Amino acid sequence: MRRDGHGEATLDRLLSAQEIVVCCGSGGVGKTSVAASIALGAARRPGVKVLVLTVDPAKRLATALGLQALGNTEARISAEVLAESGVVLRGELWAAMLDTKQSWDALVLRHAPDETTAYRILNNRLYHNLTARFVQSHDYIAMERLYELHASGRYDLIVIDTPPTRNAVDFLEAPQRMAEFFGGRLLRWLTLPYRVGGGRGARMVNVASRPFYQIADRLLGSTFLQEIAEFFLNFQSMYDGFVQRANAVEALLHDRRTTFAVVSTLESAPLREAELFCVELRKRQYLLGALVLNRVLPETFLSEHSQAAAVALGNDEGAIAESLAAANDLDTATVRRVLGSVAQSFERFGAVAQHERALRDQLRDPPSVVATVPNRAADIADASGLAWIADHLFART
Amino acid sequence: MGPTPSWLDQRLLVFTGKGGTGKSTIAAATALFAANHGKRVLLVDVDAKQSVASLFEHAAVDFSATRVHAGIDALAMDTEQSLREYLKLNLRIPVVGRIGPLAKMFDFVATAAPGVKEILTLGKIAWEVREAIAGRAAHDIVIVDAVASGHVLAHLNAARTIRDLVDVGPLRTQTDWMIDILEDPALTSINIVTTPEEMPVAETIELIQRVRSASRAPLGSVVVNRVLPELFTRDDEVVFETLRNPSSQRLVVDEFGSAIIDVFEGARLAVDLRRSRAEHLDHLRASIDMPTIFVPYQFGSLHGLRMTTVIAQAISDEVL
Ligand SMILES: Nc1ncnc2c1ncn2[C@@H]1O[C@H](COP(=O)(O)OP(=O)(O)OP(=O)(O)O)[C@@H](O)[C@H]1O
Ligand SMILES: [Mg+2]
Repeated sequence: MRRDGHGEATLDRLLSAQEIVVCCGSGGVGKTSVAASIALGAARRPGVKVLVLTVDPAKRLATALGLQALGNTEARISAEVLAESGVVLRGELWAAMLDTKQSWDALVLRHAPDETTAYRILNNRLYHNLTARFVQSHDYIAMERLYELHASGRYDLIVIDTPPTRNAVDFLEAPQRMAEFFGGRLLRWLTLPYRVGGGRGARMVNVASRPFYQIADRLLGSTFLQEIAEFFLNFQSMYDGFVQRANAVEALLHDRRTTFAVVSTLESAPLREAELFCVELRKRQYLLGALVLNRVLPETFLSEHSQAAAVALGNDEGAIAESLAAANDLDTATVRRVLGSVAQSFERFGAVAQHERALRDQLRDPPSVVATVPNRAADIADASGLAWIADHLFART
Repeated sequence: MGPTPSWLDQRLLVFTGKGGTGKSTIAAATALFAANHGKRVLLVDVDAKQSVASLFEHAAVDFSATRVHAGIDALAMDTEQSLREYLKLNLRIPVVGRIGPLAKMFDFVATAAPGVKEILTLGKIAWEVREAIAGRAAHDIVIVDAVASGHVLAHLNAARTIRDLVDVGPLRTQTDWMIDILEDPALTSINIVTTPEEMPVAETIELIQRVRSASRAPLGSVVVNRVLPELFTRDDEVVFETLRNPSSQRLVVDEFGSAIIDVFEGARLAVDLRRSRAEHLDHLRASIDMPTIFVPYQFGSLHGLRMTTVIAQAISDEVL
């Protein structure tokens, strides 16, 4: 979306054309709150049904929204709960959480060729470990759920909060990696000796010369190796289903109806990661819709007038302290100390604000929508907190 | 209250916590603190983001220990290199030339088999600690910038997991001495870095419970990082509120101009931020029974060695 003669680029305009918003960014920047707030803001439009698919909401927020029992199934945030926080929506706001384990089980049951194989996989002791730990497992499941919910056609807009990844790019590669993992040459090679003998229980044959088996056998013992191979053999039976799905998910992410919102704070490390992510998104031709700068200090810390006033306050020799003390029946020394702290605090936070500003000015090639959410002292503990964020996100700049 | 037993008397200090709370900064600063007290330190960067190198303003480090600062050697974990070293040291299998395909294969198996990948990290760390105890190493203490709370248990438990899973072979027989080191509270402590915010505190409390119930790793201290200074005492805050009444504000506006209102609003924000963090801290302290170390928030844009030095001093003030 470009700035053009027809008005500014705003989040509102951006979202009116989208069906999916993917929120990403490094951990701890407030992704979950931003995702929920985007959804809430979008649900202000009449008749619109919006779903936020979240990974790890703060307990207090989930409870405040009446979502404590929230699992893989979607739930509507009730109008009463919203009204209690003074929030009125003309559309509907729905939420669902991502339960990785539950979603994986469903996936296995769907893709396995028959029930026996499905349960053989589900009961394997390696299965739980693989799903819990495979680097891209959470990402893949998130994408998979997104695909399903979108395909259901129940929602006009889905906002998805992505799991914390070590590297934001991992997330984009999840579907493809998943397909490769189960279809790759490595897997065929690994399971080869067990297939030779014909199915389960086959013994290792003719592979003693392969260095991998030699070493792996010495390290892990052949029983354990065999267990691993068996598991993979079963898992491989789901290969076609996985590849199909992975390709469909990939296409959905590339679709013009899907946009990405990158979330960051104005701190060096998260911002560096956010910028890198923006570059990767563009390189891979995803639609980069918005950059959300969260927890930014107010502009007033940067105003020259305020800075000068703070310096003057800090340097005051006591005239003002005396009149304030007299007017309020206070001790002059105390008033002077308090004024000194006020001035000092302004300078400290001013330094942080300057740093934030510098980082912001250095942003290279930001997307056309850059939304800023101020640093809020209070936690986002209910719908009114989300509405507060939404007000800033959807503000015209 | 300082940590008991003292960090400086231990051989292995592991730092974990929620992502972005300051694990790398605290681990590097603790290394500097230890070096300042005459310890020869080996600093291990497990997630290999090279934060350790940047905190000492040194070029990127790899798997072989490199001097990054007086008294501090650093290395970045690399499971392929660790596998190579492991095969050589423990199985006497020298791997010459390309280990690539083998490592890839191993990686693949390790993805499915719990503990296998982790043991390569944990094994290397434990080995360095054993060498230090035996006086064969160039360091006295090993400090680890570990993985985030979500994954750390898999690392801490790797030796036990392998012992339960693999019934024969050298991988299994090697686990006993590792467990001895890793579970000895006189030698080892698992320290959790957090910030006084809602999610990091919740994650810290949850991690402590998981470590206690699902491992025997000895917990050390909770390092509360990015603590905002107290702007006013309780009494002074009352005075501050009084000074925000309309007639007093008129007085200061007459003296300094209307921009002074923003200065007072700025102080109000600072007080509110501090207060909301204080609530999280109270919750943390009420929920855990571990020593806590407070590290102040650094205003401005400190980074690199200066950041490390300032934080090391703050740690020293708290611990000693
Ligand atoms: N006490 C502090 N005051 C101000 N800033 C701090 C403080 N401690 C750390 N930081 C800053 O916070 C950011 C994150 O710190 P650091 O990289 O140490 O976190 P981490 O937990 O190792 O992160 P990751 O999970 O990404 O490895 C850095 O920019 C660092 O400079
Ligand atoms: Mg780090």
